[in-house]
Amino acid sequence: MTGGPRDQIAYLDHAATTPMRAEALAAMLPFLADSYGNASGSHRVARAARRALDGAREVLAGLLGASPGEVVFTGGGTEADNLAVLGASGGPRTALCSAVEHPAVLEACRAVGGRVVAVDRRGVVDLDALWDALDERVRVVSVMLVNNETGVRQPLEHVVSVVRERAPGAIVHTDAVQAFGWLDVAALTAEADLVSLSAHKFGGPKGVGALVVRGGTVLRPMLRGGPQERERRAGTENVAGVVAMAAAAEATARGREEAVSHVRELSERLLAGILETVPGVHEAVHRPDRIDAICNLGVEGVEAEELLMVLDELGVCASAGSACASGAMEPSHVLLAMGLKAEEAKRHVRLSLGHATTASDIDAALAVFPEAVQRLRS
Amino acid sequence: MLGPPVLCENWDVRVLVGLSGGVDSSVAAALLAEAGHDVVAATMKLWGGAGDSGCCSVGDVDDARRVAARLGIDHHVFNFSEEFDAKVVAPYAEAHALGRTPNPCIECNRHLKFRRFLDRAVRLGFEAVATGHHARIVSDGPEGLPRLVRGRDAAKDQSYVLSMLTVRELTRVLLPVGALTKQEVRARAAALGLPTAEKPDSQEVCFVAAGRGQGPRERFLAQRIELHPGRLVEHASGAVVGTVAAVELVTVGQRRGLGFSPSGRRYVLEVDAASATVRVGSEEDLLTDAVELTTRTWVASPLPVGAVVLAQASAHGRPRPVRLTETGVRYLGGPGRRVAPGQTVALYAGDEVVGSGIAV
Repeated sequence: MTGGPRDQIAYLDHAATTPMRAEALAAMLPFLADSYGNASGSHRVARAARRALDGAREVLAGLLGASPGEVVFTGGGTEADNLAVLGASGGPRTALCSAVEHPAVLEACRAVGGRVVAVDRRGVVDLDALWDALDERVRVVSVMLVNNETGVRQPLEHVVSVVRERAPGAIVHTDAVQAFGWLDVAALTAEADLVSLSAHKFGGPKGVGALVVRGGTVLRPMLRGGPQERERRAGTENVAGVVAMAAAAEATARGREEAVSHVRELSERLLAGILETVPGVHEAVHRPDRIDAICNLGVEGVEAEELLMVLDELGVCASAGSACASGAMEPSHVLLAMGLKAEEAKRHVRLSLGHATTASDIDAALAVFPEAVQRLRS
Repeated sequence: MLGPPVLCENWDVRVLVGLSGGVDSSVAAALLAEAGHDVVAATMKLWGGAGDSGCCSVGDVDDARRVAARLGIDHHVFNFSEEFDAKVVAPYAEAHALGRTPNPCIECNRHLKFRRFLDRAVRLGFEAVATGHHARIVSDGPEGLPRLVRGRDAAKDQSYVLSMLTVRELTRVLLPVGALTKQEVRARAAALGLPTAEKPDSQEVCFVAAGRGQGPRERFLAQRIELHPGRLVEHASGAVVGTVAAVELVTVGQRRGLGFSPSGRRYVLEVDAASATVRVGSEEDLLTDAVELTTRTWVASPLPVGAVVLAQASAHGRPRPVRLTETGVRYLGGPGRRVAPGQTVALYAGDEVVGSGIAV
C-alpha cells in the first residue's frame, strides 16, 4: 500500500503456518512425480508408495512415543481434532473441552452438545472447574498442550489425573499442534489417549496431519469408504504429504533443543526492545506460563486490525485473534475466556517465531514496531 | 484532519476504496486504479454470520476480494460489526419502538462509512477514501472547498443518503462513479471483466434479510423490540376505524392497509407508540405548512433563516422549494406533505446538497 518497497519481509506469524523445511520439500517431491502409486494397490508402483507410507508412519510413531499402528494420518490438524472429539463423544454432555481450545476442538465439542471448561486469568484450564464438570457420562476430554494465541502451556498431566479419578472411562485428547516444534510431545502426552498434530506448523506441507490413537481407544470414523488407516480414516493416502510431514518432524525433533534456545533469545530481545521503546504495551500472559515462540501483546490506544496493516506495510507479518468466514478479525475467544473485555482483546497482536527466524527479522520488527504504533496513536 | 481538498485529476492519491462487493464500488476502484492512483481496497464487515445473504455477507466479501484480485490491488476486511450494531441497528430498532421511521443507510454513512472507515483510512496514511455512490464532489467552490452535487444518472442519484456529509469529510472523499450513468458503470465493469458486472443492485435495508413486503422487517424488529397492536383513529371524527398488527411498523404518510374513509383513501398522519394509536385521515389532512428538523448539518457554512432551498424527504422523492426557519423548513407555494419523524430531509440549492436534517 503506502511507503517504500518491502525489500525484506520479517515473517513473525509462525503460529499460523511455517515455511516448508528443505528436508520436507525434498522428501515429498518424488511422490508428486515418479512415485505416484496408490499405497492401497498390489503392484510394484503401489508397493513403492506403501513402503514410503509405512516408513513415514514408523518415523512419526517413534517421535510421538507411539507404535506405528497407533498413528492415523489425516488431512490436517482440524481433521485430527474433529476425529478425536466427534469420534469419541456420544451425544449431549459426553464431551468436555477447555474454553481456549482451537475452534477445531471447541466447535466440534459444541456441535455434539459438549461443555466448555473455564480457564483462569492466566489462560490455564481451571482444574477445579474440570473436576466439577466431570461425571460418568463424559466420554472425551480435550485440553490442548500449547495455546495457539497466547502460547500458554496447559497442565496436561494434571488434566489426565483429574479425568482418571473422576471419569475413569473417559478418553483424554490433546491438541499438540502448536507444541510439537518446541516441546517433547512424546513425553508430555504419554498418558493421553489421543494426540493431534499438523504438519505445516513445523515445516511440513499444509493439508496433512496425524492423530495418535493409543491402543484400545475406540473411535467412530468420520470418513468412511475404504480400509485405509485401519478403517479409522478412509481415503487414498496423501503419500507425498505424509512423507514430507515425517521428514519435517524428524528435522524438528533433531533441532528442537537448539531451536528452543535460539527462539528464547530472539523473543526475549524482541519483547525487551518493544517494551523499552513503546509505552503502553503489555504481555497478555506470564512468560513462565508460555512457550517462547508466541508473544501476545496488548497495545493501548491502537486497534490490532490497524496495527497489523501498518506492520504489513512496513514489512512485518503478524496476526491477531482469528478470522471469521469473511476474513474479518473477531476478538480472540482465548483472550475473552481469560476475562478480557472485547475492547481490550481487539488491541492484542500476536508475534510468533519459528526455528528459521533470524536476528535480522527481530531487528526489522524492532525498527518498525514503535513507528507503526506511533503513527496510529498520533 | 481538514486539509486541502483531494483532487484526483491533479495528482496521485493514496486512496482506500470501500469495496462492498457490488458493481458501483468495483468500478470506482477500477477507475481510480486506471487513473494511476495508489489504491487499496477494504470491505467493511458490518453484519451477518457465515450464511447471511444481506449486504457484507460472506458472498459479498468474496466478490469484493475477487474484484480486487482482478484489479491487482490489495484487499482488507474491517470488522466494524460492533459499531454497526451500536450506531445503526440498535438506534433503528429503538426509533421503530417510538413509532418513528429511521433511515439506517444514512446513519451507516454518517457513523461508519464516512467516520469510522474514513478515520481509519487517515490513521493508516491514506489521503482519501472512495465509495461507489452515485453523487459528485466538485472542488470549484470558494477557496477550492468541495461541493456535493447530484450524480449524473438522475434515476440512480444517491446524494440524498450523503446529505449529512460536510466539507470536513468531503475533502477526503472521492466518488468516481458519480460522473457515470448506471449503464455506463455496468458497461465499464463488463469491459474490465469484473465479476460483479451483472450483479443486481442491492435493495432495502441490508441487515433486514431480503424478502418481499413487510415480513422481513417485522421479523427482524420482533427480535429486537416488542411489537404492539394499535388502533386506527380517524382524524376528523375521533372514531376508531380499524386496527394494525404492530404500531411500530406504521409510517407517517403510509396509505396501504388502512382501508377507505368517506372522503377517499386514508393516510397515516401520526403514530403514537406510547398509546398504540395511529391517527389517520385524508390526503388533505396529511398536508402541513412546515417540517421541524433536528440533527441539522450544513455541508459548508449554515444558511441563514429565510433562505430558499429545495427539500427532499426520501431517496428519490420530489424536491420541494422551502424556506429555512429557526426550527426547520416551511413549504413555499402552499402546504406539503408531512414527513415521517426520523426521516432525513436533504436540502439542495439546485443540484447541490447544502445540508440535511431529521424530521421531528
